[in-house]
Amino acid sequence: MKMKRLNVAALAVVPVLMLAASPVNAAKIFVSNERDNTVTVVDSDSLKVLKTIETGRRPRGIVISPDNKEVFVCLGDDNVVGVIDADKLEVVRELDSGPDPELMDVSPDGKTIYIANEDDSMVTVMKPDSGERIVEVPVGVEPEGMRVSPDGTVTVATSESSSMAHFIDTATNELIANVLVDTRPRHAEWQPDGQRVWVSSEVGGTVSVIDGSTHEIVKVIGFEIPGVSPEQIQPVGMRFSKDGKKLFVALGPANRVAVINPDTFEVENYVLVGQRPWHLEVHPDGSKLYVANGLTNDMTVVDIATLKPEKSVPVGRLPWGIAIQP
Amino acid sequence: MRHGGLSSIAAFALSIAWVVPGQAVDAEGTVKNVRPENATSALKPATPKPKTTVGIVYLGKQYKEPIPLSLMEPVLTDKGVQGARLGILDNNATGRFLGVETVLHEHIVPEDGDVVAEAKKIFAGDPQLVVADLEPHDLLAVADLPEAQNALILNARSADDRLRQGDCRYNVIHVVPNWAMRADALAQYLIWKKWPRWFIVKGTAPDDEDYANAVKRAAKRFGGEVVEERTYKFEAGARRVETGHQQIQTQIPLATQNAAAHDVIFVIDTSEAFGEYVPFRTADPDPVVGTHGLTSSIWHRAFEQWGGMSLQTGFQKLAGREMTERDYAGWLAVRAFGEAATRSPKHDAAGLRDYMLSNKFQVAGFKGQKMTVRPWDHQLRQPILIMAPRALVSLSPQEGFLHQHYPADTLGFDAPETACRFPNAQPQKATVSR
Repeated sequence: MKMKRLNVAALAVVPVLMLAASPVNAAKIFVSNERDNTVTVVDSDSLKVLKTIETGRRPRGIVISPDNKEVFVCLGDDNVVGVIDADKLEVVRELDSGPDPELMDVSPDGKTIYIANEDDSMVTVMKPDSGERIVEVPVGVEPEGMRVSPDGTVTVATSESSSMAHFIDTATNELIANVLVDTRPRHAEWQPDGQRVWVSSEVGGTVSVIDGSTHEIVKVIGFEIPGVSPEQIQPVGMRFSKDGKKLFVALGPANRVAVINPDTFEVENYVLVGQRPWHLEVHPDGSKLYVANGLTNDMTVVDIATLKPEKSVPVGRLPWGIAIQP
Repeated sequence: MRHGGLSSIAAFALSIAWVVPGQAVDAEGTVKNVRPENATSALKPATPKPKTTVGIVYLGKQYKEPIPLSLMEPVLTDKGVQGARLGILDNNATGRFLGVETVLHEHIVPEDGDVVAEAKKIFAGDPQLVVADLEPHDLLAVADLPEAQNALILNARSADDRLRQGDCRYNVIHVVPNWAMRADALAQYLIWKKWPRWFIVKGTAPDDEDYANAVKRAAKRFGGEVVEERTYKFEAGARRVETGHQQIQTQIPLATQNAAAHDVIFVIDTSEAFGEYVPFRTADPDPVVGTHGLTSSIWHRAFEQWGGMSLQTGFQKLAGREMTERDYAGWLAVRAFGEAATRSPKHDAAGLRDYMLSNKFQVAGFKGQKMTVRPWDHQLRQPILIMAPRALVSLSPQEGFLHQHYPADTLGFDAPETACRFPNAQPQKATVSR
């Protein structure tokens, strides 16, 4: 952080226009590398690698605690969730997550984590501080996507083989709805206002928009890209822009990120990134989008205002997910 | 427990309302936050709601099968049906949330059994959905029964090209690829490798001849060339024979020497007669492809990509052994029925068939893309694995082989070249009353 302030001070003496052109606040970007058993930490200012952290085996889902102190990373082949101290940049402890954790999310108050056990058809509900398992919620086959609503009352889990979005009441940990969507749902994302849940179906090639209270599907969005065969279009990771006006959808083998207007459901743009973009994350100040490209072993930095891919940052092998410490 | 088998059974005891895709299911009656073992006690006593049960018949015959030439390959008697059992568990893990239950009825007749008589008994009852683990002549005999005209039969065994061409049947959908698809998949890879000259060494089984014809067709399609074709007729069998390997060591070089200049040997041995013995024993230092060496298949014990590991793990837990390609075919057939039953508005055989032939139907099978049915010959279009004995090499169709609609339609018989003519677009009315 100190470095960063120095930068701003230095910039203060140069024309104001320059300042406006580089508004990124330094943050740490954590990228899980599925094939390398590591997490690469990148400085958002310099885009230099700060450290490569050794984790356990098969790191995939990665998420930061609400207090920004800990980064949780699912270590599927070790059957644990690794906890990285976001300042020390090392794994400080492990949580007994149950078999094959793939993706997880943290409640807004930081007191509960929800883990998808891919091999086990279960969602494990756990206290992140003690590692105590509160309960396991049986869901469909191959649970993966996991997202707690902004108000913390509902967690949505997707099951890939069952093609469902499961709504879990976080007060009772009971299922309140199971919504059938297109084939192989990979990820669920709540709209920032908490009204709707967006679910990406990898093999179905669509994104379903589900009403958060009635659990009805209000819209199914498809994608068409000239010169790209429909089989190549496989929606996976999703994130909203900080102002909630854009939804970014990584399209896997189509090598693009789709930009959807959530109000009109229109696909407004496709941004060409690296090969097989998987998950993505937005800078806390809303300026940049970071995309993990599984096949090209890099992370694309996209400017959100112009939707231009600005830079490719080499990370580890098979980058999977991204979390950011402001 | 991967599938929560107990919990799904418990959930069905209560039944949930039938919903169409897109509708949400109320939590009432679904399994709650409990471990599967004590699911029953924690369920709310909900009022019984309508439930749909879909019966699936697994119809097979214990054909005499050759003993594998390698001791590493186990002799199995339950190939296929174990995959179907896993498919049922997968179906019901989803179906329990939707009130759709699939049930498997296993009918496997002995080697000298009458599969047609068995089929007649089946069609006299309710389930009209059949997974056929049958050789072509038996499959056709069953499909041609008057009682079968409104049934839906999924071929989960035979690669015979004729079943997709002149002998296609409207009531049969092929979930396994035919010889032409397998040959095309390997051919595309060989062309991509720039290894276009192929020396065929084939056995004497009828399937060997069929596969060889498919390879010759593939060569024409993709710019390869079969430079020479030989038939290997010796009795190879070296298993447990003290000096058997010495015979092989001399026989295979003899059988492969002085061939026209070639890039690979295309070995075709569908009945485990000699194929295992070809690699490393050829006269020239040849890569070996075909039924041995580099192979084309839809499943392999070394396949773990696109989430495939979870299927391998689930199968291992259920069957206590590795998943073979036939097991995958059984699993895929049952999953295809399950997928249709979950999403189709109609649940009789004709309704499910219409749905599976519509553009709405798709099934996922750990290949990273959807699989759909070709309307012109009812073949499931799907990618094909190119496998080395112990690891995945590639997935066909290969990049660069273009198709105006589906890249996977570059494998096998595409619409313009199909010889399949369904006699009437609509299924015939049942001629027997039940």
